[in-house]
Amino acid sequence: MSSNVITVPVGQTEARPWVDEFHQWLTTVDHKRLGILYIVSALLFLAVGGVEALIIRIQLMHSHNNFVSPQVFNQMFTMHGTTMIFFVAMPILFGFANYLVPLMIGARDMAFPRLNAFSFWLSFLGGLLLYFSFFGGSGLYGAGSAPDGGWWSYAPLGARAFSPGHSSDYWTLALLVSGFGSIGTAINIIATILCLRCPGMKLSRMPLLVWMNLVMAGMVLLAITPLSAAQIMLLIDRYLGGHFFDTQAGGSAVLWMHFFWIFGHPEVYVLIIPCFAFMSEIIPVFARKPIFGYPVMVAATVCIAFVSMSVWAHHMFTIGMNSYANSFFTLTTMAVGIPTGIKIFNWIGTIWGGRIQFKTPMLFSIGFLFQFLIAGLTGIMMAASPFDWQLSLSYFVVAHFHYVIVGGILFSLFAAFYYWYPKMTGRMLSERLGKWHFWLFLIGFHLTFDVMHIPGILGMPRRIYTYEPGRGWDTLNLIISIGAFIQAIAILVFVANLIISYFKGARAGNDPWDAWTLEWSISSPPPAYNFATVPTVASRRPLWDLKHPEDPDSRYE
Amino acid sequence: MSMLKMKSSTLRFLAQTIVLLFWSAMGVWASEPKDSSPHGTNIFAPASTPAKAIADLSVFVLVITGIIFAVVFALLVYSVVKFRGRAVDAGREPAQVYGSTQIELAWTIVPTLIVVVLFLATARVIHAIEDAPEPAGAVEVTVIGHQYWWEFRYPGLGIVTANELHIPVSDPSHPTPTFLQLLSADTDHSFWVPELAGKTDLIPNHPNRMWMEPQRTGVFLGQCAQYCGIQHAKMLIRISVDGPEEFASWVRAQKRPALEVASATAGRRVFESNACMNCHAVGGTQADGRFGPDLSHLMSRATIAAGAAENTHDNLRLWIQNPSAIKPGSLMPAMKLSDADLDAVVTYMETLH
Repeated sequence: MSSNVITVPVGQTEARPWVDEFHQWLTTVDHKRLGILYIVSALLFLAVGGVEALIIRIQLMHSHNNFVSPQVFNQMFTMHGTTMIFFVAMPILFGFANYLVPLMIGARDMAFPRLNAFSFWLSFLGGLLLYFSFFGGSGLYGAGSAPDGGWWSYAPLGARAFSPGHSSDYWTLALLVSGFGSIGTAINIIATILCLRCPGMKLSRMPLLVWMNLVMAGMVLLAITPLSAAQIMLLIDRYLGGHFFDTQAGGSAVLWMHFFWIFGHPEVYVLIIPCFAFMSEIIPVFARKPIFGYPVMVAATVCIAFVSMSVWAHHMFTIGMNSYANSFFTLTTMAVGIPTGIKIFNWIGTIWGGRIQFKTPMLFSIGFLFQFLIAGLTGIMMAASPFDWQLSLSYFVVAHFHYVIVGGILFSLFAAFYYWYPKMTGRMLSERLGKWHFWLFLIGFHLTFDVMHIPGILGMPRRIYTYEPGRGWDTLNLIISIGAFIQAIAILVFVANLIISYFKGARAGNDPWDAWTLEWSISSPPPAYNFATVPTVASRRPLWDLKHPEDPDSRYE
Repeated sequence: MSMLKMKSSTLRFLAQTIVLLFWSAMGVWASEPKDSSPHGTNIFAPASTPAKAIADLSVFVLVITGIIFAVVFALLVYSVVKFRGRAVDAGREPAQVYGSTQIELAWTIVPTLIVVVLFLATARVIHAIEDAPEPAGAVEVTVIGHQYWWEFRYPGLGIVTANELHIPVSDPSHPTPTFLQLLSADTDHSFWVPELAGKTDLIPNHPNRMWMEPQRTGVFLGQCAQYCGIQHAKMLIRISVDGPEEFASWVRAQKRPALEVASATAGRRVFESNACMNCHAVGGTQADGRFGPDLSHLMSRATIAAGAAENTHDNLRLWIQNPSAIKPGSLMPAMKLSDADLDAVVTYMETLH
């Protein structure tokens, strides 16, 4: 194991002027710094997307509210969705992948450090381009306007007849640019994992986090490319006289839906699989047991990736597909539940017989397990396409996918923050603030998203800026909005924790959680070169072997 | 073969029992609302054949997923409570278990069986609803979605109306379901009246079909479910399910050309000498615009502006004067009429029974 450190020449560690420091960050090709840049930029966009969500929730607090105009409301949900998916969830997960994958496989950097930097800046600048629409949306015609076609911008609403001006072009170009960034990062992750593993780290010994990020990166290549193609076709429609999606000239609105959702559904798994990865690292450490059924977990992940490529049209059950198509997509969608269920069972199997330590990362992980269970089951409900003919496009769907994205992805991300923040900064996050954050967020989350299922069942469509009184939706929406504000307060606690702990947190040391993967064998934060000598591993838990020479994993694998 | 049959009938029996139990437990939901006020938009209060089939399937799926939830939830709670770390154990690691093929197999096979059952139950309902043949007595309606209102055309009856659909109640012995052909004039829309049927989208260049067979009379509410632009929120639907005589007399009234009333001549002149007639049609007059709702029998409707406001004198006047006051972003322009002309047009409108 590489506990020795390369001696750094005196003077290099001294504080530099901030301009130098800033310049270092701007031009860095270090996977750890890029990882942190991804994460910090995503947190900024999270704040913006969160404010948009609050505006939506204030507007819907009661019927016939006039907090914002219809157009502003439509812009808010368009920007909220686009921001959260493309400029929060993806970058933040890429950030963790960037930071952790090389450390976990004993590599000194990603395979293509410059591509890595290029990809980050593409994604980030794509986000800025999207937000520039607020100022330049109508270009020469006057005041700016953000896109308002919804995050899936269904044809023909995106055509020039219905979206004049440039606002929807900002949306198209932002997604195109950040899409190229995502593809670059995916290529980089795949190359890194396949080529840079340390001696002894066979594919069958990779930490599950690495496995799952490999699968995720493969899916990004398959999912983002059709989206990029569709965006280019849309641009051709809008500016070069094409008619792919231009229904007034015989184009097909349904074609756009297929393009969008063959990206859109795998995208859900692109987001959730890295979160499965966090869970598969964090739960074992805090249950003090190895992951239950490692090979099955890998197989289930690959299986999810394959099946999820054939479920996209369950977003289109209401578009009038014939009964065979509807049956097929019902079956494939329900089938995804099997490998996903296996994962939940394996996490329970990991906890079973363990000795759970209820540190903040574990609290969020347990929250994830409960919520992801519910999210999966409401998914099964909507997979039954006739049920979906009622639930689709209603607030039930909104509740379902926020259960996945907030209850699943965001909870596991919080777990990851509390777990790896000490490695990234050298300081522990405050447990006390962490518990406040957890409980507040849990309460706010359930208040908002449990209740949100009901207006959907009572017939409330999504994306409406206001609704009629007397439908039984008023009180429910008020509760939902109150929950949203509780979540916002919890996020403030979290941000405060990130900032305060950075300066005042307890020193973390190399291995604060008594964990088992390679990143915990080096200092926190790790030196630029990661490993002074490249480690050699003999099992899936190299640090367990080191700590328990009498009973190493390598004896059983 | 016989065993297979028995199995499928047992399964069906099980499903029906579960569904029945649920309905009796949820009696409140299924209870009949007062006939005077419009029905709600609860997907579990179906009043029409397809909606009922969907609700039954939904309950079946809910119960199955509910059972899964209860089992896994209990397992999770048990393992989190039972295996919490205790101070006694500090510093000692639990037994390191790596997995078990038998257990993995068990929790792969059981969910697979559940998926098969759910899929078969679902496929039956998909087929029953989507592939239902159209009986001879069916009423046909063409629904055209517009930014932000509904056009209803009855090709067999020669009626054109907007936003408020009238369909006959269906007697099981002589079923008179209504089959809707769904078209769009501009962007995507979705036709959703939860208590009568699931939603189906209206997509340009992509005609769709749906049907409903209501067993109860009354007014049923719904609205556009697919985001279609700035006023997607105020694209409401009212369906009046009428008894046979009631429906027949509504049809007779709608087939008549607009009434000629002496007091409305001035208003009619304003209507026909302004842009009104470019977009609106009034049966039996020169006005035959197609961009906006047909106004021949405007007064037979309870609402204006696709349900955005009640059809009252004041609302009508405000709507013609400044549509944005009621529905900002509506494609109807403010007509900028003088007060006298405005009053005359409103008077004319009020004669269109």
